[in-house]
Amino acid sequence: MEQPDATVVVRIAGEGGEGTITLGDLFTRIAACSGLEIYSFRTYSAEIRGGQVMYQTRLGIDRVMTEGDEANVLVAMNQQAWIEEHEDLCKNAAIIHDAHVQVPNDSHQGFPIPAEAIAQELEWARGKNFVLLGALGWFFRLDLDVAADLVRQQMRHHPESLEKNLAALRRGYTFAQQTYPEPFPFALDLPDTVEERILLSGADAMALGALAAGCDFYAGYPITPATPTMESLARYLPAFGGKYVQVEDEMAAINMAIGASFAGRRALTATSGPGLSLMTEGLGLASMAEIPLVLINVQRAGPSTGLPTKTSQGDLFLSLYGGHGDAPRFVLAPDSVKDCYFKTIYAFSLAERYQMPVIVLSDQAMASRQATTPLPGEPWNGPLARLTPTPEELAGDYQRYAFTDTGLSPMTHPGVPGGMYLAESLEHNAYGYPDQTPGNHEQMMRKRARKVETAREMLADWRMTSRRWGDRGAPFGIMGWGSTRGAVREVTKRLQAQGIHVEAIYPHTLLPMPDQAIVDFLSTKRAILVPELNFSGQFGRMVEHRYYKELDERNVHIYQRKKEQGVPFKVREIYEATLEMIDEERKLWNKEHGEIARIFDTVQRLGEASGTFEKDGGHCD
Amino acid sequence: MTKPKANDYRGDVKPIWCPGCGDHAVLTAVMRALAQLELPREKIAVASGIGCSSRFPAFLKTYGIHGIHGRVLPLATGIKLGSPETTVIAVGGDGDGFSIGGGHIPHAARRNVDLTYIVMDNSIYGMTKGQPSPTSPEGVVSRASPYGTQERPLNPLLMALSYDVSFIARCFSGKVREMTEIFVQALQHPGFSLIQVLSPCVTFYNTYGHYNEVTQPLPEGHDPGDRLSAIQLAMNTETQYLGIFYRDEDRPTYNQRFEAVQALAPETTLDAIFESLKR
Repeated sequence: MEQPDATVVVRIAGEGGEGTITLGDLFTRIAACSGLEIYSFRTYSAEIRGGQVMYQTRLGIDRVMTEGDEANVLVAMNQQAWIEEHEDLCKNAAIIHDAHVQVPNDSHQGFPIPAEAIAQELEWARGKNFVLLGALGWFFRLDLDVAADLVRQQMRHHPESLEKNLAALRRGYTFAQQTYPEPFPFALDLPDTVEERILLSGADAMALGALAAGCDFYAGYPITPATPTMESLARYLPAFGGKYVQVEDEMAAINMAIGASFAGRRALTATSGPGLSLMTEGLGLASMAEIPLVLINVQRAGPSTGLPTKTSQGDLFLSLYGGHGDAPRFVLAPDSVKDCYFKTIYAFSLAERYQMPVIVLSDQAMASRQATTPLPGEPWNGPLARLTPTPEELAGDYQRYAFTDTGLSPMTHPGVPGGMYLAESLEHNAYGYPDQTPGNHEQMMRKRARKVETAREMLADWRMTSRRWGDRGAPFGIMGWGSTRGAVREVTKRLQAQGIHVEAIYPHTLLPMPDQAIVDFLSTKRAILVPELNFSGQFGRMVEHRYYKELDERNVHIYQRKKEQGVPFKVREIYEATLEMIDEERKLWNKEHGEIARIFDTVQRLGEASGTFEKDGGHCD
Repeated sequence: MTKPKANDYRGDVKPIWCPGCGDHAVLTAVMRALAQLELPREKIAVASGIGCSSRFPAFLKTYGIHGIHGRVLPLATGIKLGSPETTVIAVGGDGDGFSIGGGHIPHAARRNVDLTYIVMDNSIYGMTKGQPSPTSPEGVVSRASPYGTQERPLNPLLMALSYDVSFIARCFSGKVREMTEIFVQALQHPGFSLIQVLSPCVTFYNTYGHYNEVTQPLPEGHDPGDRLSAIQLAMNTETQYLGIFYRDEDRPTYNQRFEAVQALAPETTLDAIFESLKR
């Protein structure tokens, strides 16, 4: 599939540890500083060093929504890069490669750069990536001074190698300039004005969202790919008067966060799949004892240790249903880097107001990518505070878990006179004391569950139900969640341009599901495609199960497009799945139409046939 | 304001423990210690895990949280970090603390978070009706160990000493007055204190007689600043010494460390961070 106008996909591949990611990251930043919109994706092996790594960045004049499919430009650091990537390139792709990498001279355009030799000449063997960075700078006609400034800023913690790297950068630039003076086929016209943008990763977006929401306690255990969020909070939280603890395990993480929240703090923990498995018992405690808690889960491919550095959406069921008993919670699905910021803020509001655990379901691809983003601005609704008892309530017969219409009951914390209560993991009465009588248990279950229903109204007020775009009321739909939204957006854009009517919906909250919006969406559909990055199609199954009535009544067909390869969807994959769905529906329609035509035909002949029978006088054997 | 009495701290819920259970004595000693220190009830939080002894918080009129099995130390640490002015007491049994939750003790010790951890050690799983625990002596026969246990018992004090817990003591439920005095000192200790209370289970593993025989006060003149001597005394399993084995009051508490960290972090605002992310 050709890239839409004015975008270029640059893929950089090489061995881990030879500066491939650094090269990709710096190139992305320099391109962004030159006024281009960028959207990057990285995939790396689980090893500390070694193993192939890949950094893909898509550059555009206008907003870019995915990292793109096939590469227009491949930077091959080593032979393996060519071997692994050459089948995934556009026609006439430009191959910028180290001179010793053998690139067959067929449908591609080769741009050899003796990067290793130049680096050796400079007596700086490690500077190969900077030579290639310089060459890339020339090819895209980026400003060498801008590049050098950025390198200085980004590499300030490595003063011993800075000058050498800068020299390598310059030599790469001048070598490419002298050797390839003609215009580079994929260079974009740089905009005259650089619009105000920040360069943000999903991981940082969540950390900053937490700070914006007034988070003042974090406890976590290192786990790929959630660690960058933790590290950002380690750096910033103390400056905001908060406390950050790296704990001994995930059970400690969630229980310490619960303890801090019990004491009145706005508490957060972040983890990935295996950690969430370990935290599910704690999640139940927060739900049972009605203690606010935000849990960020940066999904990676499982099961078990799985593919620790690769992306997936396989934790949906664990997030929705994980743990024993019925433990109500909220599950939010951020669907872009910027949305990671807002959803984290909303997560704190929901947790604090509804005294419940809230899971923010992010993933590796979204957390580790960088994207140019406008400044996020103010959230639709500022962080909400906890519901606390009035002085009258405290002076009277304070019931921490009082039964109310909304399910919400005011919460105190240590230090508040008259507010003493027991937060119980056992089933408890309105005071918090253990009570296992049958009536009380069911009533308490209802109280806790009701809070989720109560929240629907506020979620609607916040415009936090779903995103819906495309052709309103179109017969074909795409319904997904989370980080696949960018690819689906591109698909609907292309289809619209081709006159194919498709509508898409992405829920903001997976628990509660925005039922009204979804039922309305389904009401005009003939068929929907549910793309997701997991093996069993968890979301599709959930939709099928939850909306079976509506689907059945209207005979809406569900087409699942599942992918579990550790990498995001290509736009092409969803595009093709959409066309296949429509084609399948056409065949079905033809078949149904054929049947109807036959019935019609038969009915037409009815008169004739009965007439014949009478004329014959009839046979009565 | 009048001086509080021990009973002022008693909750509305009657303890569920068997008559004669050692934990009744611990509850009494805790209430007496709180009264002696004249701590306001709203400035106390008691956290627990799971087990007979972990039902403790419900029997006090303070803030309380009855958490999940084995996680009382992280839970209590969170409370103390979240509310430094609150006196935090963590309680639980030997199964909760030394088996499922044993991994948290070294880290509570490393942090030296200012809380008092009371382990009611009955050397048996009482709530689940009599299975062997990490401190059950070798060979104990129960329904869950019909041929006798095949593991050696843990030495909790030796473990705490090797983890370098900053306040380590042992009490016996048969000696409430001494226990109260040790609780008072532990509550005043600036840092993490661990107290093993020999607290017999009269129903499944009655050790009152045994402990009456083998316990005695620490030798006079034992210097609680002397860790090596404390280790030697803890290694003696024939005689179970009672008293404060070890105490180091000179270490910063975890909350003090955070004050230092907050002072180190360069001042910033959200706007400033966004500014630094601009291209």
